[in-house]
Amino acid sequence: MADRQTVPPEPITAADGTPLKKKLAQALFRSRVRAASLVLPLFAFIMASFVIPIIALMWQGVYNDTFSSYTPNLTEQLKVWDGINDPDEVMYAALVADLKTASADRTIGRIATRVNQEFPGTRSLFTRTARKAKNLKPPFKDSVIKASKKWDNIEVWRAMKITSQDLTPGFYATALDGRYTVDQGFISQDENRQIYVKLFWRTMMISATVMGLCLLLGYPVAYLLATLPLRTSNLLMIMVLLPFWTSLLVRTTAWIAILQSQGVINDLMVYVGITADDARFSLIYNMTGTIIAMTHILLPFMILPLYSVMKTIPPSYMRAARSLGATPTTAFIKVYMPQTIPGIGAGGLLVFILAIGYYITPALVGGQDGQLISNMIAYHMQKSLNWSLAAALGGILLAGVLLLYWAYDRVVGIDNMKLG
Amino acid sequence: MAKLPPYTSTGEYIWHYTFRAICGFIFLFLILPILVVLPLSFNVEPYFSFTKGMLSFDSEAYSLRWYEDILRNGMGAPDAPFGWAWLADTWNNSQWMRAIRNSFFIGICATLLSTALGTLAAIGLSRSEMPYRRLIMSILISPMIVPLVITAAGMFYFYSQIQLSQTYLGVIMAHAVLGTPFVIITVTATLVGFDKSLVRASQSLGAGAVTTFRKVQMPLIIPGVISGGLFAFITSFDEVVAVLFLASPEQRTIPRQMWSGIREQISPTILAVATLLVILSIILLTVLELLRRRSERLRGITSS
Repeated sequence: MADRQTVPPEPITAADGTPLKKKLAQALFRSRVRAASLVLPLFAFIMASFVIPIIALMWQGVYNDTFSSYTPNLTEQLKVWDGINDPDEVMYAALVADLKTASADRTIGRIATRVNQEFPGTRSLFTRTARKAKNLKPPFKDSVIKASKKWDNIEVWRAMKITSQDLTPGFYATALDGRYTVDQGFISQDENRQIYVKLFWRTMMISATVMGLCLLLGYPVAYLLATLPLRTSNLLMIMVLLPFWTSLLVRTTAWIAILQSQGVINDLMVYVGITADDARFSLIYNMTGTIIAMTHILLPFMILPLYSVMKTIPPSYMRAARSLGATPTTAFIKVYMPQTIPGIGAGGLLVFILAIGYYITPALVGGQDGQLISNMIAYHMQKSLNWSLAAALGGILLAGVLLLYWAYDRVVGIDNMKLG
Repeated sequence: MAKLPPYTSTGEYIWHYTFRAICGFIFLFLILPILVVLPLSFNVEPYFSFTKGMLSFDSEAYSLRWYEDILRNGMGAPDAPFGWAWLADTWNNSQWMRAIRNSFFIGICATLLSTALGTLAAIGLSRSEMPYRRLIMSILISPMIVPLVITAAGMFYFYSQIQLSQTYLGVIMAHAVLGTPFVIITVTATLVGFDKSLVRASQSLGAGAVTTFRKVQMPLIIPGVISGGLFAFITSFDEVVAVLFLASPEQRTIPRQMWSGIREQISPTILAVATLLVILSIILLTVLELLRRRSERLRGITSS
């Protein structure tokens, strides 16, 4: 007994003599590498063609070197300027030198546009002065102010100082209806220029309304589908899945045909006599149209998760509640509804996430007051070409959506996402 | 709920039928907008609404002119006699034909790309050894969640710098990105019920990794792969935001053509196209349902 204890325990070895523990770790490592190498091609593809482009765009929201790259001399001077004293002769000389080269290289338009984003109404000041820059004689301070009195305004110089900083919080400030200034830091925008916060708020309200309507309409249908015998419910399911599979533009077109002033609903109303021929309802090209069309388009995303949860609730629970003396209403509210909460969470979050970033339907049937934040982002990307502001607005929207996505993953788990 | 028990009270009776009526209205709300498009596309007048003649089922009020317009619009000589030259003209010059060709080309390429990559990734993700499984999965699903405008704007910004915007490759890549989440979700769902001992059995009988995959795993997950592919195809076929940002007029797809149709000149040609698309989605839905049944049958065999 005694000498057995002194003998060190022999490690268990595999057939080739290596310790089993090491061998096992190797095998585990190899299978991990194998699994990862299957995922790698797609991961690389998504990174290169989706994640990096979005990060690159988001970077534009805080970084814009248009001004500094075209006006190197002036940027140098603006860096050392305190923003309080009047700009001196050296700064004016730098301005004239840069305007001269910008005019020759035809880059003045970009400079003017960039400053105009910060201080609206200054575009022509730059282009006009640049045209005259060749003929300006020293002392530059006097001759520039003579060319246009607006240069005497220190606000123009402050706006230039802001735009000369490549890394700027200015676009996010604009996106939140504020302004970033040299002397006062962040201040809020003039009353009549405050549009973005209102738009974000409206986007949230419309999304919440659509989510509420989807829940209201989706819950009874999901309940019916879950309680009917399989044959009937499969047949009725087609009515939910067909819209789901039909092109978004087809459904939007259909709603235009139905809701427009000469459309099906209005014709019917006039025919029945609810409204006069010359007082037809305006149901489309406004917020009502957006809400109706979006509810229709997103309803299947609510019904399907609700249905898959309700399907798992045994009907005997309700019967048990009834046999214990509960009225149908009490049994439903106290026993059935709490069990459907995961489905409500899943469907509601999904609908809200999809609604908040909606673009096509509001653009086609939204008119003026049915536009969402996505439409503003597209406007700044394509029309006003203020990409940095688009990136800042997109950054705020994306942050909101990712937060909801995280919540969705917590509540539902992405693995449990089901389609059709 | 199938049959009301004899002890049902009058109130419950009333509620039972009211509830069904409410559900009926909701189903109508879901399906009517799609059905309303069908008769309107046969309208002889260039309107989006029912005419008096249509309501009284006057055969004069119906026509196929908007379906002809799909073929004719943009042709060099639309009034030439029907023949090979006319067909060639349609094929090459008609705006809608070009859009249809583009949609199928881009859709099929994007589907192949996303199905191949997505299936491999789903197999890897469904293994328990996969490191950082949850995080990677959420990144790979995110194209479905991120607002399309942000995706499209980012791609437009980035692809412009590497000369990929306004090319077929750029649009195909964008659509493949948007399609992969669907492939991952459907294939993962079929792999959930996959019996791992089948792989071990095949290996113990001497099959290599490739043979096991081809002969054992693939036949079982193929319904999931195909339905994922169908999802990816319909996503590409229906996608317009990325096309709006990334494509030049040369790469116009059907939804892009409809988009400008709705914005610029509302003509019932759009309704005719819409009708064709509804028929296409009915076909796809049928295929998907058949696949689902097949998958259930196959899985029924494996689990017993």
